[in-house]
Amino acid sequence: MSIATRVGLRLEPRVDTPRWMNWAVPVGSFLSALLVGSLVLLITSQNPISVYQRILERGFLDTGSLSGTFISATPLLFTGLCAAVAFRVGFFNIGGEGQFYVGAIFASGIALALGADAQSWIAVGAMVLAGALGGAIWAFIPGILKACFRTNEIITSLMLNYVAGIGATYLIFESDSFWRELGGTGAVFPKGKIIPLSAQWPSFELGTLVVPFGLLLGAIVAVWLHTLQRRTRFGYEMRVVGGAPSTARYAGMRPARVIVSVAMLSGALAGLGGAADVGNFRHVLDPKGLQQSGFGYAGIVVAALARLNPIAVVFVAIILGGITNAGYALQGPDFPAGLVGTLEGLILFCTLGGEVLVRYRIVSTRRQAVTV
Amino acid sequence: MSVNSNLFVIIFASAIFYGTPLVFAAVGELLAERSGVINLGVEGMMLLGAVSAAMVAANVDGPAALVLPLALLAAMVAAGLGASIHAFLVITLRVNQIISGLALTIFAGAAGLSSYLANVWGLGKHPALNQFGRMDLFGLKKFPVLGPILFDQTLLTYLSWVLVVAVMVYLFRTRMGLHLRAVGESPQTADSVGISVTRYRYGHVIVGGMLAGVAGACFSLTIVPTWANGLTAGEGWIALALVIFGFWRPDLTLVGAYLFGALSSLSYTLQARGIDVPTALLDALPYVATIVVLVIVSNSRISRRLGSPAALGRPYEREER
Repeated sequence: MSIATRVGLRLEPRVDTPRWMNWAVPVGSFLSALLVGSLVLLITSQNPISVYQRILERGFLDTGSLSGTFISATPLLFTGLCAAVAFRVGFFNIGGEGQFYVGAIFASGIALALGADAQSWIAVGAMVLAGALGGAIWAFIPGILKACFRTNEIITSLMLNYVAGIGATYLIFESDSFWRELGGTGAVFPKGKIIPLSAQWPSFELGTLVVPFGLLLGAIVAVWLHTLQRRTRFGYEMRVVGGAPSTARYAGMRPARVIVSVAMLSGALAGLGGAADVGNFRHVLDPKGLQQSGFGYAGIVVAALARLNPIAVVFVAIILGGITNAGYALQGPDFPAGLVGTLEGLILFCTLGGEVLVRYRIVSTRRQAVTV
Repeated sequence: MSVNSNLFVIIFASAIFYGTPLVFAAVGELLAERSGVINLGVEGMMLLGAVSAAMVAANVDGPAALVLPLALLAAMVAAGLGASIHAFLVITLRVNQIISGLALTIFAGAAGLSSYLANVWGLGKHPALNQFGRMDLFGLKKFPVLGPILFDQTLLTYLSWVLVVAVMVYLFRTRMGLHLRAVGESPQTADSVGISVTRYRYGHVIVGGMLAGVAGACFSLTIVPTWANGLTAGEGWIALALVIFGFWRPDLTLVGAYLFGALSSLSYTLQARGIDVPTALLDALPYVATIVVLVIVSNSRISRRLGSPAALGRPYEREER
């Protein structure tokens, strides 16, 4: 018989979390993500310091760079809110991508239908409503399937992303649809019709800084969501359904109805993002551009980093928008495409790992194993 | 026209050809889920495997018999490393499995590490020097109907059949397989009889990831030999649906994989025959069919009897004794 001592690590739930950890852990996670990222860069023979420095300059510090960052942050803000609202109730809507496309299709459709003679505020208002409606309809499908048949919403909402992408491609590349420009160069190279000037969303200038209307709208929606979650009956129901579905049933709530409503709310937010993308920036239904941007998927990163808090989503969207914007500006041999997604993934991994430190204490254990 | 170029023969043959990556990915995910861990990173791990295999195939010059196994090995190592990040986060650190898996797909996926590496390595410009070609197994290709369907496939397809049989035997006929199922159904019980829950979970999540890597290599070494970002086109997600569709059994999963292989190859097959069906409709078919199948499966009576492993998605926290 022999006795061996094994030293291991054990996670022990914290009774209370020291205050300083609330800011130190996220900051530490972010820094460690950059550290791991610099290893990836070194292995692929890039200079991490110059890469990070250029991201900082082109994303935030150079003149005009912050305005560009706001442009990239706007869609991320909406898709981030989309994921944050749904994940809160345990409805893992990863269909923000497709709901974003459908919102863009609806919003560009209504803008083209209203034509150049419509008053600007009517056109913009109609696009907001149409975008939200489109996204809500697209998210209704996984919502109702989950509520009625308990079908896994992760996979259904994701499959619908591809269907929406194929649908948008069909409208521009494979049919003579209402959205497609058939005259001029459009007869040779398939492209969408540009929406009339009256339907293009305004931007506000604060000195050198340009703030798009979409970003302001998103920030207002974020505050509204925050109060909805904290101060209303529906918000309370969302919290209970998210935390304990059986408790919700015993309390006389209808989890199925809450889930479908939240799914549609979440989809409407992503659809609004699609409307803002068309209204403020692209001014056209551009299926290729939409699919390359991947705003819906990045929204999940935004929501997770913001810990599903709508107000925090605004700030995280601006930070990730800066990285995305720098990615567009710098793309080339020294700054390969894909680097932005890699860094986002690393930041997310490190944050997830870091949160463990907030919830648990790591204790080293000595265990004596007896072998006979 | 010979019977072997009949449209249905061609559809069946391409169902198997295009279904092969789905078999590898879904069986890999099945192993992880049998241990109680969902890994939504399949799509990302497949792309990591695809990019690593493509890198080896494009840069290493040599006999195919040497380069291709090396490429497969690279794919398995890369995707296995991806899976071990997920394993560490969800098993050791008890992070939410769904969010961690999504993070893995975002990190490694079409807009992440896989396309970064493809750019750094310049894969778009260099096509693979070696590919898995069709292999006439036992000279049976000429056999009517079954010949071209079953025996004119690539080596990867034959390997996938070996895999399915091996995993069937492993799960239902070996002690380790029994232990694995116990870990997935009731980790407390498994732990109390001395089975290491942690070790089983790590092992199967990582092996599952390596199989996803092989699935990715199927794309870059046979289906799409020139690199394109996101070349797996969401098949990793279809693989996740197939595990549910197959009730966590390798044999049923194989049937599902070929069904979806047929659907995703339909647009090529029909167009090659000059049959005019809108492409958009055919392209959307596999994704719509996935939703329909999931609804049917989640609503049926059988799913209550043959449902998911009971501890799926839940971290195991051992109470101190």
